[in-house]
Amino acid sequence: MEMPAPDQSVIDRKARIVARLAEVLPKDAVIHEEHETRAYECDALTAYRCPPLAVVLPATTQEVAHIMRICNHEGVPVVPRGSGTSLAGGALPTADCVILGVARMTQVLETDLENRTIRVQAGRTNLSVTGAVEAQGFFYAPDPSSQLACAIAGNIAMNSGGAHCLKYGVTTNNLMGVTVVMANGEVVNLGGAHLDSGGLDLLGLICGSEGQLGIVTEATLRILAKPEGARPVLIGFDDNETAGHCVSDIIKAGVLPVAIEFMDRLCIETSENFAQAGYPMCEALLIVEVEGSDSEIDAQLALIMDIARRHNPVELRESRSEAESTKIWLGRKAAFGAIGQISDYMCLDGTIPVSSLPLVLRRIGEMSQDYGLRVGNVFHAGDGNMHPLILYDANKPGDLERCEAFGADILRLCVEVGGCLTGEHGVGIEKRDLMGVQYGPQDLERQMQIKDVFDPAWLLNAAKVFPLAASDARRMAQGRMQQGAGQ
Amino acid sequence: MTDMSAIAPGSEDELAEVVRSATGPLWIKGGGTRGVVSPGTPVTTRGLSGITLYEPGALTLVAAAGTPMAEIETALAAEGQRLPFEPMDHRRLMGTAGDPTLGGVMAGNISGPRRIQSGAARDFALGVRFVDGTGQVIKNGGRVMKNVTGYDLVKLMCGAHGTLGVLTEVALKVLPIPETTQTLLLHGLTPRAAVQAMAAAMGTPYEVSGAAFYDGTVMLRLEGFEASVRYRLKRLQAALARFGADSTLCAGVDQWQAVRDVTAFAGAAGDVWRVSCRPSEGPELAERAGARAVIFDWAGGLLWLLCDAGDDLRARLGPYDGHATRLRFDGGAVPRFQPQAPAIDRLSAGLRQRFDPRGILNAGLMGGHG
Ligand SMILES: Cc1cc2nc3c(=O)[nH]c(=O)nc-3n(C[C@H](O)[C@H](O)[C@H](O)COP(=O)(O)OP(=O)(O)OC[C@H]3O[C@@H](n4cnc5c(N)ncnc54)[C@H](O)[C@@H]3O)c2cc1C
Repeated sequence: MEMPAPDQSVIDRKARIVARLAEVLPKDAVIHEEHETRAYECDALTAYRCPPLAVVLPATTQEVAHIMRICNHEGVPVVPRGSGTSLAGGALPTADCVILGVARMTQVLETDLENRTIRVQAGRTNLSVTGAVEAQGFFYAPDPSSQLACAIAGNIAMNSGGAHCLKYGVTTNNLMGVTVVMANGEVVNLGGAHLDSGGLDLLGLICGSEGQLGIVTEATLRILAKPEGARPVLIGFDDNETAGHCVSDIIKAGVLPVAIEFMDRLCIETSENFAQAGYPMCEALLIVEVEGSDSEIDAQLALIMDIARRHNPVELRESRSEAESTKIWLGRKAAFGAIGQISDYMCLDGTIPVSSLPLVLRRIGEMSQDYGLRVGNVFHAGDGNMHPLILYDANKPGDLERCEAFGADILRLCVEVGGCLTGEHGVGIEKRDLMGVQYGPQDLERQMQIKDVFDPAWLLNAAKVFPLAASDARRMAQGRMQQGAGQ
Repeated sequence: MTDMSAIAPGSEDELAEVVRSATGPLWIKGGGTRGVVSPGTPVTTRGLSGITLYEPGALTLVAAAGTPMAEIETALAAEGQRLPFEPMDHRRLMGTAGDPTLGGVMAGNISGPRRIQSGAARDFALGVRFVDGTGQVIKNGGRVMKNVTGYDLVKLMCGAHGTLGVLTEVALKVLPIPETTQTLLLHGLTPRAAVQAMAAAMGTPYEVSGAAFYDGTVMLRLEGFEASVRYRLKRLQAALARFGADSTLCAGVDQWQAVRDVTAFAGAAGDVWRVSCRPSEGPELAERAGARAVIFDWAGGLLWLLCDAGDDLRARLGPYDGHATRLRFDGGAVPRFQPQAPAIDRLSAGLRQRFDPRGILNAGLMGGHG
């Protein structure tokens, strides 16, 4: 993966930049020793690493504003960071950058149960937002599997989803307002505890902009009353195609499950060996979960099982208790970890129209043969968001490259059938150079012009999202400006 | 009347050419049902019409921007589906004719009572194609449920009122029509008690899909499978017993159409304002407004206010968490759109400058620089 050459003039000014940052932050909030910055050299896309110039850990919006004014003045690139769980390299540093980490910004600023909103500092972890309102019977709906660790800031930057977003939507559908510090240090409030924007939907634009338009420091989130209960049914099939049809029929029937998850044979076997959830050994497995009171759940599950029966399932297991539900989810939740136990893997994130599931799974199988690399499929089937896991050996020369080429082919296929490169993980560096597959040059140009408006000097996370070749001119213009300033 | 003289491109390419070769401002018109006026040559999207893809099993529909809403709703209903965001039909309130179009609904981010539960128009937009102010065709998003590939111009275009580009095609997420609808009515409440009752209802797990208050009566809507609705109604009634209101049930949907379309203000003299606010602040804002009549939707978070003609409601309300749109009026200097904070204004102007450097698209709208 190519990254732009760092700006030597910035690296040369490290001492001065660090000194200026230290003037506006507590002593322990500026990290610049090499053995310490190393902890920030990568996110969850661990194949790529680069220690940053320095790391700052502000505690307030004001401190972030100070930092941004200094970095803007010094022409220092800034890479925002939440908890570093991005799978797309979104938080990958460059050698000339300051990592701005919001991990110390974890406070709840306002809980407003009457209006069903909560305002938090953006470094608060996803799960602890729910934690703050759970006792009162509320929850924050978007639930990425990384929710114990990942921050709301990262969720907003990536517009993260989760297993339950089939019913509740992804981050952007649950985000009501943000406080953003612009690249020049200006503090801007968008939205609030009210619905919809009176002007252009800049809130909708910030969400999913991968830390390229501003630093999100605070967020107002919609919270919901917890459902009375939830229970899944597990359905096994002896081929993928039938499972795909079953998903489609369930969706058409008017039940709105909170989740429809899919696993293929490799994932079933691997997670079964690892977690012993008692899964049937079959080609495809669906977990369909519904919510409501006990009797409402019974009625919905009965309807779903009726539909499933029409497709001759090899297994149909309705959960009747909390313990059974946990067991059904156990294998699904362990799937990534289980695959990680047997091999290095790369996790893709393309989305496809649900109707193309059988075709895409078949083609992935064929490509797997061609590339000689195994693939496991475990994903959110209700919304077509696939997570093919390509297994490779990091110690085997050439394997990573082969895996990446295979991944790129899968993503091209997703676009070809009417889907997209990424459903919830974001573009980052990982899919940056494939953007041209989904978008024409004019589409990308318009997107980059948005960054021109928000961040004219292209200081924020500038080597991500857009193909380097397409954004080169803009970043180089910035480099020239800096050299001018440095002389 | 102006519609007859409007330019009516028959394809996206023709529209792009119209925009590219324009020498002055263009006023982009869908159905023209909202009574919005902008200076310049009218360009209508009526020639860009038709559903291009509908997959009920994938809950997706794609249609050209000029497609009449009625055509979309009919196609969906035939498969037992609908647009969950319940877009308002402005004709009665505004006293207009014409057919509302998909492009108009999305460009205005028009959402009805169900907005509080399922989301706004923008939340159901999966992808867009549009012609920007330079005459280039731009696409963003797609037709799949989850998509974070690049910046979300889909959201940006929803609610941009055609100032950043002319929508030519929109992909939508749709949902099944539930088996049953029931409305619980609570009678004889004050606005304050009503908003508290609505907050209490929204704070239950019973999935209230509409919460409105007008003329002393709170309306709470439940939708779903019959047995489930019956169960939730009972529970909801119990949860709201402490408000001591007489309650009745109503199975129809007409009253929700009336809330959605603000028909209570149709034909009444005066300006109509739409205020989005923190629900609990609704009653206080309504008092400050000194309006002739108020409808509370979105559990109090959306106020429809019938005010004296020419009244500057924003000055009366002072600062609050939200914004006000002057929807229906006869002239007067008070702007339609809420003026924005300077920093937001600068960003918005910057975006308009990039998308429409000549400032020709609906130049009179959104504090436009035309
Ligand atoms: C095991 C595992 C499971 C996962 N499961 C899911 C899943 O189910 N669904 C899903 O959507 N994702 C999932 N992810 C991906 C990841 O957790 C999400 O993308 C998450 O939102 C990242 O949050 P973070 O706080 O770790 O952000 P980081 O990784 O630190 O950063 C992510 C992006 O956000 C930007 N950013 C961070 N802070 C700010 C800020 N304050 N202002 C502006 N930009 C900022 C960064 O620059 C970067 O581009 C998973 C990851 C792992 C490792």
